[in-house]
Amino acid sequence: MTMTDTPQAAPKTVDRSAMKVSDEVAISIENMNKWYGAFHVLRDIDLTVYKGERIVVCGPSGSGKSTLIRCINALEEHQKGRIEVDGTVLSSDLKNIDRIRSEVGMVFQHFNLFPHLTILENCTLAPIWVRKTPKREAEQDAMQFLEKVKIPDQANKYPGQLSGGQQQRVAIARSLCMRPKIMLFDEPTSALDPEMIKEVLDTMIELAEEGMTMICVTHEMGFARQVANRVIFMDQGQIVEQNEPEEFFNHPKSDRTKLFLSQILGH
Amino acid sequence: MSDTHAQSAAFVRESFIPQSPPPARERGILKWGRENLFSNWFYTLLTLVSLYVVFSLLSGFLPWLFSGVWNAGSLSECREILQGVDAGCFAVLTERWNQLLFGFSYPTEAYWRPTLAFILLFVCAAPVLFSGLPRKLLILTLLYPFAAYWLLWGGTIVVPLMALLGVVLGYVAFGATVSRGFATALVAALVVAGIVWWVGIAVAGAVPDFVALMPVPSRDMGGFMLNMMLGTVCVSLSLPFGILLALGRQSRLPIIKIACVAFIEFIRGVPLITLLFVANVVLAYFLPPGTNFDLILRVIIMITMFASAYIAEVIRGGLAALPRGQYEAADALGLDYGQAMRLIILPQALKISIPGIVNVAVGLFKDTTLVSIISMFDVVGMIRGPILASTDWNGVYWELYGAAALLFFVVCYTISQYSQWLERKLATDHR
Repeated sequence: MTMTDTPQAAPKTVDRSAMKVSDEVAISIENMNKWYGAFHVLRDIDLTVYKGERIVVCGPSGSGKSTLIRCINALEEHQKGRIEVDGTVLSSDLKNIDRIRSEVGMVFQHFNLFPHLTILENCTLAPIWVRKTPKREAEQDAMQFLEKVKIPDQANKYPGQLSGGQQQRVAIARSLCMRPKIMLFDEPTSALDPEMIKEVLDTMIELAEEGMTMICVTHEMGFARQVANRVIFMDQGQIVEQNEPEEFFNHPKSDRTKLFLSQILGH
Repeated sequence: MSDTHAQSAAFVRESFIPQSPPPARERGILKWGRENLFSNWFYTLLTLVSLYVVFSLLSGFLPWLFSGVWNAGSLSECREILQGVDAGCFAVLTERWNQLLFGFSYPTEAYWRPTLAFILLFVCAAPVLFSGLPRKLLILTLLYPFAAYWLLWGGTIVVPLMALLGVVLGYVAFGATVSRGFATALVAALVVAGIVWWVGIAVAGAVPDFVALMPVPSRDMGGFMLNMMLGTVCVSLSLPFGILLALGRQSRLPIIKIACVAFIEFIRGVPLITLLFVANVVLAYFLPPGTNFDLILRVIIMITMFASAYIAEVIRGGLAALPRGQYEAADALGLDYGQAMRLIILPQALKISIPGIVNVAVGLFKDTTLVSIISMFDVVGMIRGPILASTDWNGVYWELYGAAALLFFVVCYTISQYSQWLERKLATDHR
């Protein structure tokens, strides 16, 4: 890793001035249920996300938080209930699903970059094939986003040559190249070395500062406190508690939340 | 710092030691030999025994090879020239070389045609094999099958031209209707191509001498040329069919899935030789009487089916080796099924499958000699039949089969080296 792409060591101060929650609905989930075979993994989920919201979803493993955000872009199918993303109701129609997916960016725990393509090709692939952007324009665009995540000098390398933190930042840039209206983060820092978590979180903070609508499944409670406007706690496939971060962390209402918080913040 | 030793703590180097070579016994061939051949008494013994075995094999083989006779009219002439010396009678190769390459009934004055087709094969396959070449050269690859057909079988040029026109117009029709769905476009393409081909048959029948080469019927094809034809055609056809079968096997649509699984399992459960007998004999019973369905075409269909089933399973392994996340990332970016497969999944799955695919390709190429059993005169068929059965050369086994083995070895080793080069070139994961 070169010196230029190492983020500053000092904790980033979050500028909340541009983070505005509008009245427009970005995602609405009504009475959504999902089963894996006989296992009832999501139960009666009701959630409305407004444009500009930064929502952190936390909870013990197996509580259904990843499954919840994977239902939003139809990586998982829900069996009951209604999901509406950016005005489009999610149905089993493939064109419908592809349209929603091109509007919703997703960042995975294990980056899932395409190892046979260079960093630049990873970023331009979807704009060129899905959005039909001309190649040159897509490349210029991609370079802008790679600069934003501070790795333009790696554009012609392959994912395997980058560190975990760099790969995850590329994954974020790759999603941004589609100019998504909503970003979903599925434990983006869980597979990273402690040193690299910060560079990824800083990128996510910058994104939030620009007013991106975000739903993050994460265990980074510092990030939740600083950036989120709403924290959702899930257990056994249900939303147990949701609140503003201050209230959520300082005065949790349910006993299950208190137990969870005491365990992850206890040491 | 009071607890450090005075003599170990302070030290300043005044002169630097220049780099020097390692001791002689630690260098080059001496080191290698000592470590690999003579590292203890048992290895030394094995080395000496092996050297003796290699020596006795070569001392028998090399004189046989180098004092062999290359010019004689028959085996008895060979024996006269050799006068009891134990050496090869390679004159059979010189005399029957053209038969080994082209079979015994391909017209002699047309030997340049398969030779030209063979040379063009390398030129036209290069754009596919080496991605560094300009992509426009792929048009040569597209034209090659039609040109090669015309060169090998001869007849009027109308036949390959109309066949090409059918493919091109079918592609145009596909492009024009693809917005209405893949199935509609496929049907449109097939209908258009079918009409052009039907017209083409009529036209070719009307003007059989228009820019015509001397026609050569399929039963006159033979020798190593036949092996190369079957090998090239079947390998290049079975790869796309294998990919389709592998994807079909993963399909969510039960009909497609069941059809693909049934096909693969049936074909893999039947010996190739049985399929060839079916092509040769049994198929005739199912076709309407009077239809003359070309034997080479029947054999190509059977070998292709056989190879596609194996390649499908190899590619299925490659698909299964890809992490689930690659499919999800492709989906999450909004790529549709075709794009995800073409751009993300297949390039990686095929790369993983290269050793397996090459394995099938090499095996398939060698299996083309099985056609000698259904009385086609490929290189092995030529040796077993016309050459060894002739009074002149009855009994020249080693020289003939050795030459056939060498021909196959050269081709298979080339394929294998190419595939290893390709694997190295495609290795981008830096693991």
